[in-house]
Amino acid sequence: MKEIRIHARAGQGAITTATLLGNAYFQKGMYPYAFPHFGAARMGAPMNAFVRVDSVPVRLRSQIYEPDYLIIVDATLMRGFNCFSGLQENGIAIINHREGVEVPKVGARQKTYVVPANDIAMKTIGRPLGNTALLGAFCAATGDLDLDSLNVAIKKRFAGKAQEGNLEAIKLGYAFVNDLKKSTT
Amino acid sequence: MKEFLEGSMAVARTVQLCKPGVISAYPITPQTHIVEELAQMVADGHLNAEFVNVESEHSAASVVLGALAAGVRAYTATSSQGLLLMSEVIFNIAGMRLPLVLTDANRAISAPINIWNDQQDTVSLRDAGWVQLYVENLQETVDFHIMAYKLAEDKNIMLPVMVCMDGFILTHGIESVDMPSQEQVDKFLPPYKALYKLDVDNPMTLGPLADPDYYTEARYAIQETQKKVLEVIPRLTADFARAFGRTYNGLIEEYHTKDAERVIVAMGSVCGSIKDVVDELRSKGKKVGLLKIVSYRPFPAQEIYDALKNVSKVGVVDRAVSLGSFAPLASEIKATFFGKKKKPDTISSFVVGLGGRDITKDSIKEIFRMLTQKEKTGEFIDLKPELLKENYE
Repeated sequence: MKEIRIHARAGQGAITTATLLGNAYFQKGMYPYAFPHFGAARMGAPMNAFVRVDSVPVRLRSQIYEPDYLIIVDATLMRGFNCFSGLQENGIAIINHREGVEVPKVGARQKTYVVPANDIAMKTIGRPLGNTALLGAFCAATGDLDLDSLNVAIKKRFAGKAQEGNLEAIKLGYAFVNDLKKSTT
Repeated sequence: MKEFLEGSMAVARTVQLCKPGVISAYPITPQTHIVEELAQMVADGHLNAEFVNVESEHSAASVVLGALAAGVRAYTATSSQGLLLMSEVIFNIAGMRLPLVLTDANRAISAPINIWNDQQDTVSLRDAGWVQLYVENLQETVDFHIMAYKLAEDKNIMLPVMVCMDGFILTHGIESVDMPSQEQVDKFLPPYKALYKLDVDNPMTLGPLADPDYYTEARYAIQETQKKVLEVIPRLTADFARAFGRTYNGLIEEYHTKDAERVIVAMGSVCGSIKDVVDELRSKGKKVGLLKIVSYRPFPAQEIYDALKNVSKVGVVDRAVSLGSFAPLASEIKATFFGKKKKPDTISSFVVGLGGRDITKDSIKEIFRMLTQKEKTGEFIDLKPELLKENYE
């Protein structure tokens, strides 16, 4: 079983992100359970979305406290709040780059990838919605999913120009992390 | 076909397959997605129903009552305060023997206002004459909605059915669901033909004044029909299994109870989490199990008795409180064993997960651990004592 926790603000597309990610796992024949948890239920309020995935149907309905993977859609949430709480010893975090926000030091076996997802989104979608670029980065960082599964999920969710833009965004997110991996090894 | 679907979408799609002629609802979190989707289907011409927009849940319930009184299959969905606002009409729908199917997205009750999940809303309406079914996952949610219509419209039953699904956890949860085809549902669920309806050519009245000479019998009749539901549900689930290939008990579900020394009794989505904990503890040699209550009304006392009579320690999980008394499900489990020779040594009661407080594996393990101790009555799990301190000086 793998557990993924997404940190965002309400309105930033965390649920769509969890849905796309879950659907990509679903395309692989896995059993994902994607679900949100709202805080104040107001736009802009910190919120989480989660994906729990296994090779058998997921029954556990609690929130995720010890994730294998983190996706941080809004890096400002790292100010004053420990987004890394409970991250597995060999956990991986995908963080949307934000000017002036520092990424905390992590454990020796934990990995963080800071991705200029909003820049990628501006280029590909024309709006600063970095979620899909982060998902592309997630595939490259974790190796759990190939881009094909994610492509199918994107095509099911978006049509027309939005689909084209998001397909390009995941490709660029994927390539960014791959390049980063190459340059560090 | 297996699809990756949000719970609310799965419900809307299932309702679409059941072809109601009238839908009326008022949006309330976390039910909103269900009726939004249905309204869209009607507007797009994908569902041949009349969607009646109303100004409150009281009116929504009244509209579907009226539709059924006129002989048309109907649907509504609500949650929490919405269900409470409907409550007057809820009793009427059962009293008039109208086979409505209602989805409740289980949510806590104000005050303080809280949009998150517990089961206080539907549990508070347990005495209304409705059948209440509590589902664990999205597949059950889909399947029990289809069965709900067939049960409600059974000519020997003619009672409304409430399908209770945990808010957010199931309504906003997305998972793999095997959606039935229209052909399958059409074959299983024939068009609704009312036994009685309002008709100007054949005038009659529904829900008239029943003075003391008549009222008792109307209530007695519902009580007797509720007993009949206990016989109908197993036949219904057997029919369902033949038609759709998925097997349910429909009254209760036993998970490793046969040789268990400690068993938790619970309703709804938390049962999934409990099953995971049962597996974990079983792998360490602990004889633990789960008894899931699917049908809360009618209450399957005989089945519960049979499942628990040889279990030493029982723990009942309530996701609601009866303020000022014992926890609702726990008191009924205890009543089941009152005066019986064979019974558990202890039946402990736990109030868990109110207003969306997360029920973790640790919460469940704590309950199993407490079952080794003396009987607990209405023990609140994961309570924060630091929040209870008051200072008004």
